[in-house]
Amino acid sequence: MIGTTIKNREAELTVFRTRAMFAGFCVLLAFAILAGRMVYLQVVKREHYHTLAEANRISVVPVVPNRGLILDRNGEVLAANYSAYTLEVMPSRVGELDKALDELASVIDIQPRDRRRFKKLLEESKNFESLPIRTRLSDDEIARFAVNRYRFPGFDIQARLFRNYPHGEVASHAIGYSGRINDAEVKKIESAGLAANYKGTDHIGKLGIEGSYEAELHGKTGAEQVEIDSGGRATRSLAKSMPIAGNNLTLTLDIKLQRAIEATFGDRRGAMVAIDPRNGEILALISRPGFDPSLFVDGIDPQNWDLLNTSADRPLLNRALQGAYPPGSTVKPFLALAALESGKRTTTQGISDPGYFMLPGVAHRWNDDKKGGHGWVDMYKSIVESCDTYYYQLAADTDIDKTAEFLATFGFGGKTGIDIDGEKEGTLPSRLWKEKRYARLPPGDRRWNQGDSVNAGIGQGYSAFTPMQLAHAIATIANDGVAIRPHLVRSVTGASGGENRPVAPANEARPAWNPENIAFIKRSLEGVAIEGTSARVFAKASYTSAGKTGTAQVFSLKGEKYVEGRVAERLRDHAWYIAYAPADKPTIALAVLVENGGFGATAAAPIARAAFDYHLLGKLPDPTVNKAPVKNVKDAD
Amino acid sequence: MLKTLTDRLFDTATRRLDGPLMVTLIVLGALSFTVVFSASGGASFDRALGQARNFAVALVALWIIANIAPQQLMRLAIPIYIAGLLMLVAVALGGEIRNGARRWLHLGFVVIQPSEIMKVGVPLMLAWYFHRKEEGLSLKDFALAGLFLMLPVGLVVRQPDLGTAILIFASGFFVIFLAGLSWKIILGGVIAGGATMPLLWNFLHEYQKRRIYTLLDPTEDPLGAGYHIIQSTIAIGSGGVLGKGWLNGSQAQLDFIPERSTDFILAVFGEEFGLLGNLLLLTLYLIVIGRGLMIAINAPTTFSRLLAGAVTLTFFMYAFVNIGMVTGILPVVGVPLPLISYGGTAILSMLVGFGILMSISTHKRLVST
Repeated sequence: MIGTTIKNREAELTVFRTRAMFAGFCVLLAFAILAGRMVYLQVVKREHYHTLAEANRISVVPVVPNRGLILDRNGEVLAANYSAYTLEVMPSRVGELDKALDELASVIDIQPRDRRRFKKLLEESKNFESLPIRTRLSDDEIARFAVNRYRFPGFDIQARLFRNYPHGEVASHAIGYSGRINDAEVKKIESAGLAANYKGTDHIGKLGIEGSYEAELHGKTGAEQVEIDSGGRATRSLAKSMPIAGNNLTLTLDIKLQRAIEATFGDRRGAMVAIDPRNGEILALISRPGFDPSLFVDGIDPQNWDLLNTSADRPLLNRALQGAYPPGSTVKPFLALAALESGKRTTTQGISDPGYFMLPGVAHRWNDDKKGGHGWVDMYKSIVESCDTYYYQLAADTDIDKTAEFLATFGFGGKTGIDIDGEKEGTLPSRLWKEKRYARLPPGDRRWNQGDSVNAGIGQGYSAFTPMQLAHAIATIANDGVAIRPHLVRSVTGASGGENRPVAPANEARPAWNPENIAFIKRSLEGVAIEGTSARVFAKASYTSAGKTGTAQVFSLKGEKYVEGRVAERLRDHAWYIAYAPADKPTIALAVLVENGGFGATAAAPIARAAFDYHLLGKLPDPTVNKAPVKNVKDAD
Repeated sequence: MLKTLTDRLFDTATRRLDGPLMVTLIVLGALSFTVVFSASGGASFDRALGQARNFAVALVALWIIANIAPQQLMRLAIPIYIAGLLMLVAVALGGEIRNGARRWLHLGFVVIQPSEIMKVGVPLMLAWYFHRKEEGLSLKDFALAGLFLMLPVGLVVRQPDLGTAILIFASGFFVIFLAGLSWKIILGGVIAGGATMPLLWNFLHEYQKRRIYTLLDPTEDPLGAGYHIIQSTIAIGSGGVLGKGWLNGSQAQLDFIPERSTDFILAVFGEEFGLLGNLLLLTLYLIVIGRGLMIAINAPTTFSRLLAGAVTLTFFMYAFVNIGMVTGILPVVGVPLPLISYGGTAILSMLVGFGILMSISTHKRLVST
């Protein structure tokens, strides 16, 4: 019994020892596997994992350059940058965004407007983008958020540069605005090969100078290597290549003139372009009403956007460049010059004006503005008194295609080449134009007829020019027929001050006109301001000026006499005035348009006077003078 | 006089301690303190000191257990096992749920995880059982032992807590294995296990399946389930032979390693101390395991032999599963790196195990002489 027990014990001990040895062997084997795995990771694949660890650790953060400033001709700042703290969110990191925003509202003031704007941004954005919820946080709000940050993963406060437009609505169409980059712009940037330079940039110039000079203003993006933690937060900077700020632009605009004239417009819609005829520098580029460009900077909210878009006043339309209006009588001096150049008329040739004009075989009577007519009218009087019958007759005597060809040399029906985008060409009617325009109509309706010519003879009918085109044309006259391309940027300066590129005036090629003819037209235009349709407005001016009024029909009155008060406001005539001053050595040429303003002499010419008074004499207009419409002035036009 | 008093005191304090084992444990403890400090950001001593406290408490437990003779321990086997089993049943019926798993039990003033008790309870019970059956073991004995083992394992799997279940199963299996379960049955079991693998697959929870998918291809879900493995292998691999230096691991210090002071602490260690550090750690573990097996082989009774062997091999199991998981060759299961990972419970249960080993190692002379 005892023997077997001992034997069993011996056997059991042997079994145990064998098993323990076996286990020990397994332990060694297992540890060898682990050691092998470590050697594989830490020796064989070390480079690979080292690269991955560095990629984890180091992030290249783009350093966005400061956007170039925009200054007026006297160095006044029109667009600048300011640094502000914004609260941003990476939507992809937040589970329930709405809930998080509700909660956030208890820490930071979030207005319904901010929410609406954020929603719009969210719809337009890609998921991994950081989107601003609130801008311009106060120190207090920053502190409150910092304390509560742990509650809001995915939210962060960032210091960002924002565009600031200190003059608000003034010159908004010329300056334009910059706003958040949208999908279409991303594609444009990518196809232009600029994607790298736009890393980190989320704003881009959209309109006006901001849009057209984007390449100058943007600058060169720098890069910073930072060490980041797993949450993507930078812990320290490793290396940095500095960004190069965008170039500063000095404009040709005189913001004081611009502001004064915009004030003179008051609530009226319209446009004015003022050019220095000697060099093509645009002194003022006005389109009323304007808009506040700051609304677009951090993303416009849908409510304001709708308001701007659906307003009957169309504040986003740049009337100076994109509004094509019948030029009315302002076209007359150009037609007179055409007649002189082609030999159709001499200066002394005249007509006897019965107060109306009729084409042979046509029943329609084209009325002159002045009942009973102007009597004997030569070319000088036709301009000074703005006699329609003279031009009805001239148009009937001239081939429309020849006229169009001549007017085209002044830039009508084409782009003036101003250095911001969006310019419209307007309509310079001709036979070919009508064929094309009415290609769908039966041949009889698309054929040019004499009546069309007669209408075009006083700048009505199909004719439609932009204020920009008329300003450019009158500046060309003022400059004795030498056309200079109008431009808004005077010089481009490197932000660090070194480089300075002035924009040289560019003369446009065109056939030379007889200086005598130009001189005659100029004399006639002076006559308008001295003894003609705008004489009353320019009475007692201490300088000489030259100009031409225009009153363009919006709406055709069939034989009825036009009475201002009887026509609905939107159907009233457009008022024009084109002018330059001083008459002998012009330094400013301009075109004023007041939409539905009525008579050119009463609505538009006073604005030109205000511009001249300021530009030549430094006299600011009295804002009350032009508010009240002048009553019962029966100037012929 | 005084000298003899201090000598006697020292003797009383260290009589039941195993020298080589104790030294190795203290070295590992110091290493743990160092790595936990780095893994908790390298700025605050809070965690490192907490870990030191965990060790201090556990060392007291170790000393107490070491001073209990194995015969006494044997008497505790059934009560501990029964109590543990009852608590597991209680957990299954109405335990507290945290993180989607029912593992915790409210005992009025404390909340405990009964599965932790079974890590000691199961080997104790089985070692006692085989000790009683000293005169030859029949297949029936092994079957019964298997039942004792699978009962708690099954309950823990259901919680679900696969990591702990594996460790409990391992500790019990080691006892059965060392007791001499026939190779044929072991081989049969392995084959049967392999055959039923597809069937067992269906019993796995979705997250457990995902962990296995993740092991096969961590890049499939780099920010989700694969993130742990990807980041820990990057950390270890980028450490190279010499490591990036203490407190200098970018993966560790910039918080790319999840659970960096607990289950994934090896990634911190491997990144900062490199291959040399890792091999040192493996060596220390081998010393512990080797010493443990020696104690087991030299143990005088079946009970103490089996228990010592099982405790030692369970310790090995911890190390293997954790290192395998962190280096990306085993699926992610919640097993800490023994004696290094931050955490009081794990250190305590580990040092209780070593207390048993020391008790066995120091009491055998008394028995044999």
